[in-house]
Amino acid sequence: MPIDIDIAHVARLARLDLSDAELEQYRAQLGDILEHAARVQGLEGDPSTESEHPLGFVNVYREDEVRPSLDRDEVLAQAPESMDGYFVVPPALESE
Amino acid sequence: MTAYEPVIGIEVHVELATESKMFCGCAVGFGAEPNTNICPTCLGLPGALPVTNRQAIEWIMAIGMALNCEVSERSVFHRKNYFYADLPKNYQVSQYDIPVCHDGFLDVTVDGETTRVGIERAHMEEDTGKSTHVGEGGRIHSAESTLLDFNRSGVPLVEIVSKPDIRSAAESRAYAQELRALVAELGVSDARLEEGSIRFDANVSIRPEGIEAFGTKVEIKNMNSFRSLERAVDYEIKRQVEVVSDGGEVVQETRHWDEEGDVTHSMRTKEGSSDYRYFTEPDLVPMVMGDVWVEEVRSTLPELPAQRLERYVEAGLDSDSASVLSAAPAKLRGVFDEAAVAGADPRAAANWLTGEVTAWLRRTETEAPDLPLAGADLAELVGIVADGVVSASAAKDVLDGMLSGEGGARQVAEARDLVQISDTKALEAAVDEVLAANPDAIETYQGGEQKVVGFLVGQVMRATQGKADPKLVNQLLREKLSG
Ligand SMILES: [Zn+2]
Repeated sequence: MPIDIDIAHVARLARLDLSDAELEQYRAQLGDILEHAARVQGLEGDPSTESEHPLGFVNVYREDEVRPSLDRDEVLAQAPESMDGYFVVPPALESE
Repeated sequence: MTAYEPVIGIEVHVELATESKMFCGCAVGFGAEPNTNICPTCLGLPGALPVTNRQAIEWIMAIGMALNCEVSERSVFHRKNYFYADLPKNYQVSQYDIPVCHDGFLDVTVDGETTRVGIERAHMEEDTGKSTHVGEGGRIHSAESTLLDFNRSGVPLVEIVSKPDIRSAAESRAYAQELRALVAELGVSDARLEEGSIRFDANVSIRPEGIEAFGTKVEIKNMNSFRSLERAVDYEIKRQVEVVSDGGEVVQETRHWDEEGDVTHSMRTKEGSSDYRYFTEPDLVPMVMGDVWVEEVRSTLPELPAQRLERYVEAGLDSDSASVLSAAPAKLRGVFDEAAVAGADPRAAANWLTGEVTAWLRRTETEAPDLPLAGADLAELVGIVADGVVSASAAKDVLDGMLSGEGGARQVAEARDLVQISDTKALEAAVDEVLAANPDAIETYQGGEQKVVGFLVGQVMRATQGKADPKLVNQLLREKLSG
């Protein structure tokens, strides 16, 4: 049975502006996916391996060495808006 | 009226002073031109892969050990998902249920009373970019647009979460100061409040005295000095007591400390913890610490403030001067240790360093590391004062000469003509002269007024330009007056 979810809440968290029809469509699809995940979760297994990396690696590190960064102008040229070396975005906090 | 007990927990964010960022090779450094230390990884460009900085992991282990924490055998990174303009990936790489360090404590002392504050955890994460809100008056609530600088994005950040063991604003401040001193001591962070390399948030709630259950907690942010942390916590405690006393209820929220207004303001409600949708970071592999690595890191730890304090007290310092010296710059502590080895009385050496020497540094605007004083020279100064070669007040001049490069203690005392006259013959002449000039005083003394000796000692000191040994002068005067 598909799992019932509060799709409007999920859409809000993901900042997705969905129509009612879309909400309904995704609610059904996501419910199916969650049901599948629930079935996988129900499988017998060793919970201590839950945080294992699928490839079995551990302790992969880099040494603390500086490497060249990107050219700022090139990066900013690809941003929708920039000013004085900064990215410019809409206000982060709307006044309410 | 019900009395309320404040319950406070503090979250501290410490930026590590690594050369490169947490998961990429971009340089870490305060004050660089905006967006000059950025790459696909710390900009969150699709396909970029993070690799963990080994130094950062060793430093968070060091912090944990200094906080008496256990280091987890195994630790993993999680993604913490939320939307904010200064978080380019829309998630922050952080830790969730298996932090690198957990369950420690830090002892803090306020007015001579020591409280043990539990440490819940210390976990590793990446810092966010920096946003500047521009608009009317630069005020956050009326911003028209936001400027983003990603130089800070991906800088290694350690979050240290205390248990709710703090009970006052003063204790909050002491905890923060103690923690700052500790990370500075470890050399793992610049720990500069004004540059944001160490930041404090406080969780404040109140409960009726004697009640175990916690009240609703409010998170306060934006305190950028120890003083504002103390004032913000103090304000928040009073605000909550007032709300509850008026029959109201404290609302769970985040409040911003307003330095000018001396108040906290409510911020927009943030997404709850369950909404962060933490899941293991698939791009990073688990960390396994292992005994060998842990012991290797432990062996690099310097002497910590608490251990040092104990050592000073064992050396004979009282607890006040031990804690003043313990908090003194490393250079002064080094001079102290050398002087003690050279045979100086530890109490006298500590007094010189935390008193006259510190005052000299301030007066001459000299940085402590540049102090031109060797431990052996301080020991010599302490020695000649103890032997009565120079008086306590002349010794200050000797120190001044030593710090001005005039040579060792004895050398300066002689060159500046500060050696006390301890020769009885030489002093006798001066004593006789003073007595001859003050027949009244002799009569007063013989009439039973012994206080007049003090006046006569002063006269002899003046006659010898302060070079006489006052103890000897006193003795000679009494002999002659009674004789
Ligand atoms: Zn980078």
